[in-house]
Amino acid sequence: MNMSYDKNVRLMKGNEALAEAAIRAEIDGYFGYPITPQSEILEYLSKNFNEEDGVVLQAESEIAAINMVFGAAGSGKRVMTSTSSPGMSLMLEGVSYIAAAQLPCLLVNISRGGPGLGTIQPSQADYFQSTKGGGHGDYRLIVLAPNSVQEMADFVFDAIYLAEKYRNPALILSDGTLGQMMEKVRLPEKGSLPKFIPDWAAKGKRKDKERNIILTSAVDPAVMENLNKELQKKYALLQSEVRYELNEIEDAQILIVAFGLSARICNKAQEIVKEKGVSVGLLRPITLYPFPSDTITKLSKKVQAILVVELNAGQMVEDVKLAVNGNCPVHFYGRMGGELPTPEEIYFELKKIIDEQSIEK
Amino acid sequence: MDKDHEIIFAGFGGQGILSMGKILAYAGLEEGYEVCWLPSYGPEMRGGTANCSVIISSKKISSPISTNYDCGILLNQPSMDKFESKIKPGGILLYETAEIIKVSERDDINILGLSAFEEAQKMEVKQVANMIILGALINNTCIVKIDSVLKALEDVLPQRHHHLIPINKKALLKGMEIAEKEVLN
Amino acid sequence: MISECEIENLELVYKKPKTLTETPMHYCPGCGHGVINKVLMEVIDELNIQDKVVGAAPVGCSVFEYRYMDIDMIESPHGRASAVATGVKRVNPDLYVFSYQGDGDLAAIGTSETIHTVNRGENILMLFINNAIYGMTGGQMAPTTLIGQKTSTSPYGRTVKNSGFPINMTELISKLDGAYFVTRQAVHKPNGVRKLKKAIQKSFEHQKENKGTCFIEVISNCPAGWGMTPIKSNEWLEENLIKMYPLGDIKVPK
Repeated sequence: MNMSYDKNVRLMKGNEALAEAAIRAEIDGYFGYPITPQSEILEYLSKNFNEEDGVVLQAESEIAAINMVFGAAGSGKRVMTSTSSPGMSLMLEGVSYIAAAQLPCLLVNISRGGPGLGTIQPSQADYFQSTKGGGHGDYRLIVLAPNSVQEMADFVFDAIYLAEKYRNPALILSDGTLGQMMEKVRLPEKGSLPKFIPDWAAKGKRKDKERNIILTSAVDPAVMENLNKELQKKYALLQSEVRYELNEIEDAQILIVAFGLSARICNKAQEIVKEKGVSVGLLRPITLYPFPSDTITKLSKKVQAILVVELNAGQMVEDVKLAVNGNCPVHFYGRMGGELPTPEEIYFELKKIIDEQSIEK
Repeated sequence: MDKDHEIIFAGFGGQGILSMGKILAYAGLEEGYEVCWLPSYGPEMRGGTANCSVIISSKKISSPISTNYDCGILLNQPSMDKFESKIKPGGILLYETAEIIKVSERDDINILGLSAFEEAQKMEVKQVANMIILGALINNTCIVKIDSVLKALEDVLPQRHHHLIPINKKALLKGMEIAEKEVLN
Repeated sequence: MISECEIENLELVYKKPKTLTETPMHYCPGCGHGVINKVLMEVIDELNIQDKVVGAAPVGCSVFEYRYMDIDMIESPHGRASAVATGVKRVNPDLYVFSYQGDGDLAAIGTSETIHTVNRGENILMLFINNAIYGMTGGQMAPTTLIGQKTSTSPYGRTVKNSGFPINMTELISKLDGAYFVTRQAVHKPNGVRKLKKAIQKSFEHQKENKGTCFIEVISNCPAGWGMTPIKSNEWLEENLIKMYPLGDIKVPK
């Protein structure tokens, strides 16, 4: 088998694969600001994006970048930005406006250890920020969490599709490791995401039409509440788009719940545990919002314990606990600030649970 | 046959650490395996220490992060100190003699010192020292075939550097030759 | 309200621009914003570009200007109208795009966006309404507030010691290579209104030819915020603001 003969299979960094996928998804514009560990996205697009196909603009700040996205998305174009954790914090005001105005766009957070300036090493400490809205007001983002370079590319298409379907910003929440590492990737084909001109876009008032105003304010609280109700209705519909991956779930005595990079590390821990005779399953949420709560509830009635593993102090574990609702004990193991757990550490945690709860082999 | 190799390349920035790993990863891709190349990134890129790990496997790669390695290519003292203990028993440690004062004392791994810089200077292109070392690694392991590595050079080197392919090939073969002699000795 | 048809054509000396909606304006009596909104729509009428223009509205007194302008608009976050306008223009180069901001919006919170939008020479029109005070939030000090001027956050008068000097944003902007046409006008007198209209017309013409950023500062009054009658506020504007911010073209195309 010689893969290099297939022109669509390449060895690429996650950031580059994501950028190439954005070109193939026929974006009209990218607005961004350099920040490690995601600068390759801006660099790759600056080098490879055809000027006739759209614009790549290095803005003066993340604040400017997200507002350029706001304007361009408001005019009905397919646009995106990418950043890393501290930059995302800066963008959140704009993100709240984009969500309130119900504009589709693609956001990418190649996150790093925080809080503060933090480290440039991988982290999942932006889970709350990503899945609970992040900025001001009751809004949600569609959040996809890739765990491979392949998914870094694929989810560009999925996120844009969902963003445009629901008129809602979609976020790819990844991390420094997935952005920097190279893996084999089969790039999605150009042309599989049809474009349409939205009738709500501000792009010049046509004589035969009402004017379009991209608006997020209301003087009357009743109007504002109605906008909120509309948003909540949309988020309820979004629940049908939930995606997750199950691994060795049959007969599992313990269930690990982990997303993104930490799910990959847990995969390895599963391999170790398997040799020891305990059956450990893994649920990997692919969409962090909507969250696979129903599936977790069902599984929590079958397993004896759940272990949530994250690269943070315990964020997704709160959503897992809500879904489990006391059906079984929920344990947590996390590393913070850019440190990663080893598969052995996770195995050790599993062993502790087995001993504490006297789980039979 | 199942294949599963985890290799760490570590040394100073400028020694060609990242490209050594890249070429090996591309060679794995060439042979149809699953591959993962993970660099240390950030300020370390600017002339400090650099490392990258490569996983080549016939199965889907679970964790891209390795903690123990089948092979370590350690080209300076800090890298030797940091990674020699992380080589799996029975594994291979290659190091640059000109850079390492204190070599690992482990007796459960195969340790081979190479004077790659000196050899590269003899070839009048000191930048190819990393290819000499990679050649030695290929010779002493069954990670990938040398033909795949030679082909990978074309993928990794940008077009404007393709005139350097012959000298890199020569260096790879030189490395194999040296390693072969060492083994025979 | 008198409808147009009741007036003989020969006698018609003025009519409301058709891109100005019927919605009564919320601006305080005597405020300059209404005049500026109207002049802008007059130009859009005359150039017949209603279907090709998008405006970026600010946060400030003119936050509701989309109610009066019968064109497609985007209500921007505070300070970011020029970035929003940049986004629209960059992916729709054939549109006419303008941003409309007050002094707090453009010269305080949005300073970075202002400078970099002009510096890139974005092909947009930036309108900067300077009344030396934060009107919407209730009369707080602006970056353009004069030394000694009393506001709710400089109740004893602005001091250099505490707040530094009033910022002359337009002079600053004119030094940037991306700025193509920079002018300062005022709307407290009819001839000023005519000059502003001409400047807006020229700016859209330049925009059509992709010449770079056109930047128009309009010195305006804030009777409510200044605590004056409209007439008094216009006198104060003439005697104080225009002294600090002299009217006229600052950078004209060569």
